[in-house]
Amino acid sequence: MPTFWLVALLLALSAAGYVLGRNRALATAGGDARDLHSRPNYYGFNVLLSALVPAMGVLAVWLLAQPIMIENAVSAMLPDSAIAENTTRGLVMSDVRRIAEGLELAISSGAATAAEISALDAAKTDVRAFLGDLGVALGSDVRPDILAAAKSYLHQSQTGRTAMAVLTLALALCGLAFAYRRTHKDFRARNVVEWAVMALLILAASLAILTTVGIVLSMLFETANFFGLHSWKDFFFGSSWAPNFRGDSDLSILPLLWGTLYISFIALLVAVPIGLFAAIYLSEYASRTTRAVAKPLLEILAGIPTIVYGLFALLTVGPMLVRIFGRGDEGLLGVEWMSGATAVLTAGLVMGIMLIPFVSSLSDDIINAVPQSMRDGALGLGATKSETVRSVVLPAALPGIVGAVLLAASRAIGETMIVVMGAGAIAKFSLNPLESMTTITTRIVSQLTGDTDFASPETLVAFALGLTLFVITLGLNIMALYIVRKYREQYE
Amino acid sequence: MNDMTMLERDVTSETSKISAKNVQVYYGDTHAIKDVNVEIEDKTVTAFIGPSGCGKSTFLRCINRMNDTIATCRVEGDILLDGEDIYDRRVDPVQLRAKVGMVFQKPNPFPKSIYDNVAYGPRIHGLSRNKAELDEIVEKSLRRAAIWNEVKDRLDAPGTGLSGGQQQRLCIARAIATQPEVLLMDEPCSALDPIATAQVEELIDELRQSFSVVIVTHSMQQAARVSQKTAFFHLGNLVEFGETGQIFTNPKDPRTESYITGRIG
Repeated sequence: MPTFWLVALLLALSAAGYVLGRNRALATAGGDARDLHSRPNYYGFNVLLSALVPAMGVLAVWLLAQPIMIENAVSAMLPDSAIAENTTRGLVMSDVRRIAEGLELAISSGAATAAEISALDAAKTDVRAFLGDLGVALGSDVRPDILAAAKSYLHQSQTGRTAMAVLTLALALCGLAFAYRRTHKDFRARNVVEWAVMALLILAASLAILTTVGIVLSMLFETANFFGLHSWKDFFFGSSWAPNFRGDSDLSILPLLWGTLYISFIALLVAVPIGLFAAIYLSEYASRTTRAVAKPLLEILAGIPTIVYGLFALLTVGPMLVRIFGRGDEGLLGVEWMSGATAVLTAGLVMGIMLIPFVSSLSDDIINAVPQSMRDGALGLGATKSETVRSVVLPAALPGIVGAVLLAASRAIGETMIVVMGAGAIAKFSLNPLESMTTITTRIVSQLTGDTDFASPETLVAFALGLTLFVITLGLNIMALYIVRKYREQYE
Repeated sequence: MNDMTMLERDVTSETSKISAKNVQVYYGDTHAIKDVNVEIEDKTVTAFIGPSGCGKSTFLRCINRMNDTIATCRVEGDILLDGEDIYDRRVDPVQLRAKVGMVFQKPNPFPKSIYDNVAYGPRIHGLSRNKAELDEIVEKSLRRAAIWNEVKDRLDAPGTGLSGGQQQRLCIARAIATQPEVLLMDEPCSALDPIATAQVEELIDELRQSFSVVIVTHSMQQAARVSQKTAFFHLGNLVEFGETGQIFTNPKDPRTESYITGRIG
């Protein structure tokens, strides 16, 4: 039975269970819903869940486990001699799977009966031509041992699927019968359903967390591979970044880290004052109507895709900076400090603009959380508005603002598109913001794009870089959350 | 209510400190204060009583223009402080508030040290020439607010760590440190327990020596205990204003009588 129909049958069974459970509950109460412990729907849902959940769970596990188990069993059947010199066990196994699928197709389309298939002999029949007629193309002639393996594969998966259908249907029926028998007017169906709702929510929450763990683990394994091929001392303490796809590269994170931090620093230098002042204006000075208009407008900045910021950096800000700091006598300052549009300053400025809404929006919320009584106290003593903001509101909001800045910093460190387009590709230590530099994120992009060999340290270094980046931003986020939380305790 | 204390009451000063004429206050379209006329005397405690929402706090906040911070609020009529209209264009509300201090319903010490809380006003107004003078102002204010003995050993501790009653006395110290002429108190004891309330009430009586004190209160006993003059507000109108003893023993308006005997509220 195809899995689709099995699922449909299970659903139909559960739906029937819902109606049965609901009716039985009403019947035990003599048709008066007020005598029931829970509302009638809950009895229905209780039966539905008992029928559906265990069966679906077994189905899901079975579907995941069956191919792996059969694959292993069949693979063990193949002798080493069956694997030719220029191929691998994996390739042979994919042939086996393909033949098995073809044979199954032959049975279902009526080209052969099950008995004929099991009597099929590679020595007498041309299996390749036979399957070719059915639309299953094979790369080479089928040898007897491969055909045997395919037959076994087919047989095992057919048996497995039948067993799965029988088991899940039996489970569904058992669950249905069990819940149906328990349905009685005093049964606390609402509590059971409540528990199921909680289980669903826990499942959703743990999936999100497990995904994070999965990401970290996958990075961790690739990073471990990288450190197997390349010295960790060079990675963490080396001084140059010079990947060379013929091998023997210098792969040190330090020049990249320097570029990342320098660009982020310039971005924060732009974003923090502007964002903070905007937040102070919006929360303390602006009238209600101005605020209603200005705040969404400012937050539109946060919705612009970073690639658009990248274009802005490349086409507008970079050339503008070159006009100011470069071009010798033709430039505005008459100096020759900047030669190309891609520079630390270009990327930093544009990234700063991108971060303004982060800082302003978070700071605005935090400043608004400072109780009005603080402001009244200062104003009542004859402080002006700016004195009140400077000496009472900002100190009270400071921990939260620091948290906001740290969140913005972690965003800046992880930013990719703007630096890819605005910062350049040269890894070096330099204090000159008019030179181009590169960051960890841009190097990850360049190491993994194009024709890559996932066994060379030049490619695997991307995972080590990514993991380091993850650890840095995670640390910043934890610090920010800690500070923000500590601040919250003050006013609650 | 102790009738003896009420009869002993004498008004030490006859000079008018604040005089309000035909004051109207609007919150948007709501007419919150209607035609209020009142004379508040110097070195006197004046109590504003009345049911919730009657406009007594609103009127109090007009006296130091704290209502300016509410965008929709509009004040008409004249409020004179020492004969000068405080809503005149030339008057700076910031300077006015230095002269007319305010203590709020909920203690609101700044998240700073006790010392910095009290020194805040003197610092922003430049009342001291050096650290020694500032120390003196702080000590004097804390002493007058009857909290010096409790905090003198921990002036560097945060003001928010004190108990509710201590916090309110700290706020009073903070308000008197700027040497105001009038002290407005908006239900200063409503968040305090009876013992702290008694301490604050005692303090208000002391403060009468140097300031004109205006106190908004929900407790009629408190009004009777601490004030010399009482004004009764009802639905935005000033119903009756007079000697506290007279208001509580012999009210002229039937609404005042209903309120103090507990029939409206």
